[in-house]
Amino acid sequence: MIRGKNIKWKDFINYAVIAVVTIIFGSLSVTGNLASSTQFLLEKMSIAILMAISLSLVVGFLGELSLGHAGFMCVGAYLGGKVAAVLAQSMGNSIVTLILSVLVGGAVAAVCGVVIGLPALRLKGDYLAIVTLAFGEIVKSIFQNTSFESFGGTLGLSTPRYDKKVLFIIGFVLVIICLAVIQNLIRSKHGRAITAIRDNEIAAKAMGINVTKYKLLAFTVSACFAGIGGVLYSWSNYTVQSSNFGYNYSIEILVMVVLGGMGNINGGILAATLITYLNTTLATVLTGDLAVLQNLVYALILIVIVIYNNSPALKSFRERYNLKALLHKIKLVKHDPMRVKDDEAVWDRVPTKIAMDEILSVDTKVRTSVAEKGDPYESEGED
Amino acid sequence: MAEYVLETKNLGISFGGLKAAQNVNISIEKGEIYGLIGPNGAGKTTIFNLLTGVYKPTTGTFMLNGENLTGLSEQAINRKGIARTFQNIRLFNNMSVIRNVMVGLHNNPEFKCTAIESMFRLPRHFASEKAMRERAKEILRIFDLEEERNNLACNLPYGKQRKLEIARALATSPKLLLLDEPAAGMNPNETAELMDTVRLIRDKFDVTVLLIEHDLKFVVGLCNRVTVLNFGTVLAQESVAEALSNPAVVEAYIGK
Repeated sequence: MIRGKNIKWKDFINYAVIAVVTIIFGSLSVTGNLASSTQFLLEKMSIAILMAISLSLVVGFLGELSLGHAGFMCVGAYLGGKVAAVLAQSMGNSIVTLILSVLVGGAVAAVCGVVIGLPALRLKGDYLAIVTLAFGEIVKSIFQNTSFESFGGTLGLSTPRYDKKVLFIIGFVLVIICLAVIQNLIRSKHGRAITAIRDNEIAAKAMGINVTKYKLLAFTVSACFAGIGGVLYSWSNYTVQSSNFGYNYSIEILVMVVLGGMGNINGGILAATLITYLNTTLATVLTGDLAVLQNLVYALILIVIVIYNNSPALKSFRERYNLKALLHKIKLVKHDPMRVKDDEAVWDRVPTKIAMDEILSVDTKVRTSVAEKGDPYESEGED
Repeated sequence: MAEYVLETKNLGISFGGLKAAQNVNISIEKGEIYGLIGPNGAGKTTIFNLLTGVYKPTTGTFMLNGENLTGLSEQAINRKGIARTFQNIRLFNNMSVIRNVMVGLHNNPEFKCTAIESMFRLPRHFASEKAMRERAKEILRIFDLEEERNNLACNLPYGKQRKLEIARALATSPKLLLLDEPAAGMNPNETAELMDTVRLIRDKFDVTVLLIEHDLKFVVGLCNRVTVLNFGTVLAQESVAEALSNPAVVEAYIGK
């Protein structure tokens, strides 16, 4: 990480911010100065961030649309929760129990990632999205139909609840681990291979990149951390209900990734934090008769953010008033849009706009899939 | 018998009833710059796709340095030593120039490093990354792209994108380099410069070159021997001068 004298502080700023936030809230919490609702909110945030970072590896960097991320989380929540429930009888709610359950939940979810990935990653775009969607639903109904003794069936699995004062700290430590692993992976030759596949799969193959291997790698790592997110979920709730892991939740994670900007991990973290905060706050502010407005307000805010980020009409406004331009004004960074910051930092330069079109617009998708059916090499028709 | 780098025997492919290429026999000697020409739709790019594993030939075989590569996957063929560029440029547009070349270096055994080592930043990761970066810079220097190494590939001017594609292909350290219309869309100066570059890389990287090109000046200036294709069959296979005076070739190009 330390190459000569210049440590690239920008590469590590996200770790620093998360660490500082954790330390501040952690010390408040341990000394008993933090409301339990805030503790619960922070737990939810750490879970959402874990999910968003791990999904962003598949969607933002590999460029494949996965709609079954909650399915992997469900696997992790149930398996990790079961391990926790069994171990807690003999070992109590200790940190060892938690670590063991995290390991088991992550490993089982990773195995699921391989098993689903092997056949599914032969598909592309819409088709892969549908298969992953189906996977999520299948997992959900499998756990719903288990017997009461094994996984609780329709009543849900009862799991031990970890000490509220510390669980969110553990959650953020896991977030930092996840961030480190995924960011290290992306900023390496393997990450380059993954982004190369996203940018141009045909060229990547022609360069000798083992496309199947790298798709599977990204998918598995992503599933593993989703599983860990699930284990965390099981520790922060008294019961694990599989109905909470439907495609609605998968879409919500996808929204976090898309809002943060495809292939922009820090954006994803921010979006996950904001959306979780928004959801919780709306639920507490709009009560009684106003409760019906919760979803409406939530949706409106999302629409405004997406329009603000992507509308061509607001382009000049965005360029004038953004963080980078502001920093440029106070001479903190050199601003040169043509030039990428340094040799390595290119990983966060991804065409948000194009990716958004691909995901949100049915129209463009249809056109690309028609084009794909033709000869991939001679689509321009000359020879 | 001379040592052939590439040898195809009765190579052919048909899509349903359409015979896109048939009975193509090409033998290329080491260090040669060999041309593949013919009118539009003659099947030149199809031959490239066969040689790189995009299509599997329906008839015939091809060998690289005596090793039969027929039926291998694209990745495997690249690792065996055939690299290509594309007719319509296919760079990794959202990656910087140097990273494009580093993707080409991915399979080089000198820079071996597993995903686990990268994820947990073990020492070998740093060593291999540093070495890769140095090597990529060296390659870019040859193509006069070192200055632009931190630009996004899609921001390069057209001529430089073509060059970058060749640089990236060479990074996979091929024995045989396939160039699909390298001079397309270039002005005469750029074309002349490209001719020098192709000769330079032949000598410097010790590769054999097979190229498709419509610019006949380019072909005449570089190649000793050419194969002329028309409707998927070989029309002529001889030295450039002979081929261009062959009445059948003239007819295929400009009619009677």
